[in-house]
Order: sequence, then C-alpha cells, then structure tokens
Amino acid sequence: MLDADFFRRWMTATAASVDREAERLTALDSPIGDADHGSNLQRGFRAVAATLEKEAPQTPGAVLMLAGRQLISTVGGASGPLYGTLLRRTGKALGDAAEVDEQELTEALRTGVDAVMQLGGAAPGDKTMIDTLVPAVDALGESFAAARAAAEEGALATTPLQARKGRASYLGERSIGHQDPGATSSALLIAALSEAAGE
Amino acid sequence: MPSTAGGDEKLVGIVLVSHSAAVAASVAELATGLAGGGTTAPVAPAGGIEGGGFGTSSELISAAAAAVDRGAGVAVLTDLGSAVLTVKALLAEGDELPAGTRLVDAPFVEGAVAAVVTASTGADLAAVEAAAADAYSYRKV
Repeated sequence: MLDADFFRRWMTATAASVDREAERLTALDSPIGDADHGSNLQRGFRAVAATLEKEAPQTPGAVLMLAGRQLISTVGGASGPLYGTLLRRTGKALGDAAEVDEQELTEALRTGVDAVMQLGGAAPGDKTMIDTLVPAVDALGESFAAARAAAEEGALATTPLQARKGRASYLGERSIGHQDPGATSSALLIAALSEAAGE
Repeated sequence: MPSTAGGDEKLVGIVLVSHSAAVAASVAELATGLAGGGTTAPVAPAGGIEGGGFGTSSELISAAAAAVDRGAGVAVLTDLGSAVLTVKALLAEGDELPAGTRLVDAPFVEGAVAAVVTASTGADLAAVEAAAADAYSYRKV
C-alpha cells in the first residue's frame, strides 16, 4: 500500500531530479520553445518541496492536491497549469484515503492525464507530455519500473514528431528532430515515482 | 439620480492577461481610452510574472479579478499559451476567482476594446462576452 509518505517521496524525488536536469530541459526548450522549461519547473518543484516540508499533508490525495496548487501558482509558463492539473486531478481522484494501492494510483493517474489532455487539447502524437504520460500509465498496471521504461521510451519517441501544440507548433516541420521538453520532464516525474517505490 | 450614482452600478469587470506586463497595461489603457466618456467599466491588467519577465502569474490574475469584481461577473481575456491554460486551471479550482468569472474566447486587443465598451454601457456578462467574441468575425482583408 502507498501512504502519504510515499507521495511526499515522489514529489521530493521529482524536485531533486528537476533540479539536476533543469539545464538540460531548458536546452531542449531552446530550439523549439522559449528556453525556460527547466527554470520554470525548477521554481515550481522547489516550491512544492518547500511547501510539503512545511505543511506535511496526511493523505496521498492531499499531498498531490497541494503540490498541484503550488505548481499552478509558481511556474509562470504553460507547464504550471498542465502539471498542476495533472497532480490535482490525480489527487482528487484518490479521495481522502490514508493509503491507496497501485491499481488505485494507476486509475487516478489516468484521470489526471485525461484532465491534462482536456485542458491543453493535446492527443498522443502531438509531441507533448502526453506522449510520455499515456504509455507510462498504460505500463503502470504492470510495475513502476515498466512505467519508467515506457515513459523514457515515450519521451525519446517525440524526436521525429512534428509539434501540433504550443509554441513549438508555429515552427511546423522545423520542430522535427528535437526531443520535446515537456515529454522529457514528464519522464523525470515518472522516474521519480519509480524511485519512490524503490524500483 | 441617486439610483445610478457612480460606484453603485453593477458593471462587468474586465481582466486582461498577457505574457507581457507592458502589453496587458497598454491594451487596458487603449480599451479604456476608446470606451471614453461617461462611466467606464473596471479594467485590470495581469501581465507577466511577479518580479518582471514574460509569463503568466496566477496570483496577479486572481488579484486583478478581485479588483474589478463589482458583483456583475468578470470577463477574462488572454493572449496565448500559459495565459489561457492558467485561467482555465484557476476556473477549475472553483474558489480562486470571483463567482461569475468567465474566460472569454476573443482576440486580445480587439476583444478587449469590445468588452470594455460594452461593459461600460452596463451590459451583462453574456452581452460583454458576445461582443468580445464577435471581434473574431471582423475580417481585415
């Protein structure tokens, strides 16, 4: 079973990995975006880690709801409302249970991913974070490690795609050949989930 | 005419959200200037991120919406990307924006002028929204 402590570990592991990879995320965002993805997410997840340390919510749902709220209010770019919505909707779907099992997490995360697709209007193949999150949730039914592998594969698979959403979509064919920064940061989020589970 | 004394009138408020503080402030100034004469609806810009720089601040948006709320609803117009997504996310939160706040689907500059002029006549939120959205139908070529 997964308790609030597991979800706090997930968020702090994400914050640590975003910190480590911020420069790489911004470098990926430089040719096809506005070169701020790493610094924006770093600001957001640092705020998440600081808030969770201060407030220590007692349920998995409350941890994710609080984290999502922090992202919406501190990131400043599109990744704020997108990741914020992902975590808040996932947290909301988990309800106020003190512990949840992997099956419940998988279903809740699917609800969160659906909410992101609705908010941003992106579908698989549009060269966005959805290309990482959808295969990751599909594989999560198997294991955390499988979700991590599927996420990394999904992020890499955005390279040959042409962007159809966000600023990168204005570049048309010139967006081809670059790995999507949002898909890459989503792979960090899923890798941190696997790390929190010790896999 | 004590019943229409200024300040008591229930006007729709307008919030203008841009990635740039300068753009949001200038469009607010332009729209207010073109609305001219008589009562002007409350307008507040919410541009850029706190401390400067391009981006979207949910805090600035919430503060702007609270500042223009006169109880008749608030019409929010945005430029692109994170501005649109942040307003949608705040609306989904439920309690971050005043009751009767709506994201209006309209071109930023033209929609802002239409919204402010319409709101200044005392029109309701639906009429303000329709006027702003109608700015899309004005073809330039």
